[in-house]
Amino acid sequence: MIRFIDIHKEYDNGTKALKGINMRIDDGEFVFLVGPSGSGKSTIMKLITGEIAPTQGKLMVNGYSLNNISPRQIPMMRRTLGIVFQDFRLIEKKTVYQNLSFAMRAIGASSRELKRRIPYVLRLVGLEEKADRYPSQLSGGEQQRVAIARALVNNPNMIIADEPTGNLDPNRSLEIMMLLERINELGTTVLVVTHEKNLVNRFAKRVIAIENGRIINDETGGYYNGEKV
Amino acid sequence: MAKKFDFGYYCREGVSSIFTHGFMSFAAVCMIVACLLIMGSFSLVAVNLDNMLGDLEAENEFLAYIDESYTQEQAVALEDDIMAVPNVSEAIFVTRAEALDDFREGRDNQLLSDLEPDVLRDRFRIHVEDIELLKESADAVEQIPGVADVYAATDIAQGFVMVRNIATGIALVLIGILVVMSLFIIANTIKLAFFYRREEIAIMKMCGATNAFIRWPFIVQGMILGLAGAIIAFLLQWGVYELVAKAVIQSNGLSLLAILPFGSLVPVFLPVFCGAGLLIGVVGSVVAIRRFLQV
Ligand SMILES: Nc1ncnc2c1ncn2[C@@H]1O[C@H](COP(=O)(O)OP(=O)(O)O)[C@@H](O)[C@H]1O
Ligand SMILES: [Mg+2]
Repeated sequence: MIRFIDIHKEYDNGTKALKGINMRIDDGEFVFLVGPSGSGKSTIMKLITGEIAPTQGKLMVNGYSLNNISPRQIPMMRRTLGIVFQDFRLIEKKTVYQNLSFAMRAIGASSRELKRRIPYVLRLVGLEEKADRYPSQLSGGEQQRVAIARALVNNPNMIIADEPTGNLDPNRSLEIMMLLERINELGTTVLVVTHEKNLVNRFAKRVIAIENGRIINDETGGYYNGEKV
Repeated sequence: MAKKFDFGYYCREGVSSIFTHGFMSFAAVCMIVACLLIMGSFSLVAVNLDNMLGDLEAENEFLAYIDESYTQEQAVALEDDIMAVPNVSEAIFVTRAEALDDFREGRDNQLLSDLEPDVLRDRFRIHVEDIELLKESADAVEQIPGVADVYAATDIAQGFVMVRNIATGIALVLIGILVVMSLFIIANTIKLAFFYRREEIAIMKMCGATNAFIRWPFIVQGMILGLAGAIIAFLLQWGVYELVAKAVIQSNGLSLLAILPFGSLVPVFLPVFCGAGLLIGVVGSVVAIRRFLQV
């Protein structure tokens, strides 16, 4: 669950990245957040993860009010999120399995929980055969699937992905989106940032379009910048 | 589901980080060793001087010879005047006959050895509380009518007190400088380790790791470095002490210089060394990473 109420964000250098965002994403939804470069998409993602704070407005994420969250609660809030980046951010000197166990250890999971959860998640993303590979031995699409597996491994309410297909060719991109759709069908809320028109239009999903720090469209059914497929 | 305190994990991470930054870790341990060795050496000198002073203080007495024209009753009556002098804790009257007996038994105070038996007079053996004020007390007693002369080993007492005070002063300054340097180098070692792992730490934070969880391996690393420094310093200290003690005992003309056996100091020195090493390690690492853990 995400709730933005009249959110403004002005960076220290005076850039007004967001100018009054109102949006609500409920549990179980699949949402594309689209818009041109510099429109404020990543700013929205960073607000959700608590990396930055809004200049103005009310912000709720999975039951936590980020306006008055204590520093001690921020890690607990983050455990409800699985975060995926364009550049994967895998640890190069750890294997696929170790990357996942690292994420589970980080929140104090036991070895037993690791052994139960990691094979399941690897199977879900189709990488059970490659558990012992290092990231450098995988294709870009496979690396992003590892990153998605890592985002899922701690069983979050919601996956948020900032341009997850930005570094991938169209076929691999489509596979990633289908994987995210599958994950959504299994019950996890998914919010995906992208500016790939064709990709968005292949899925009949809710699309929030943002331009210059404002929401200009919010409709369900395969729209991008008002153009119907 | 989450374990609160994963000790095994913190130790594994802390130890592996030490070996990843072997040279800095080595430098940090060396600094701690140097710091503790100097601290320990001065403390050992101070402890021994204190012990010797203690020996002196056990018989921290001076002698007041009574004018030969006084009768024994008159002499005994001086006790009240002597006891009235500040710092005097006890005044024991000794007749010249008793003094002579003592002397003949060969158990008399060494300080009397240059006196001829025929000039032995009635005297008081006077104990003082604070050996640092021995000279003042002796001078005051000498002013009492009927006291012909006093004999106090003030030179030795003052020499010891001065050496001890200088040693303490130098030690405190050196320890201060070395503690600051040790903290600095520990902090830098930990900062380096932290910087080296900044990507992993960013991922841990993204996954919802608490600051405590991120911090602990670095604190363990600091603790291990501090403890390693402490144990190495302790062993070196032991060796050096035994060598010095042997040399002092061999060249020791004055039987006053009684060196304490190291074994008797271990129960104090080992915990103090380890405690100081741990403290430097923990404080250094906490200082180093505090800045990095905001959001
Ligand atoms: N840390 C920052 N400091 C200053 N300005 C920033 C910062 N991050 C982003 N911006 C600016 O805010 C606006 C929105 O950026 P961003 O949210 O990254 O857009 P998008 O992800 O849609 O490309 C841009 O004008 C960008 O230059
Ligand atoms: Mg962006």
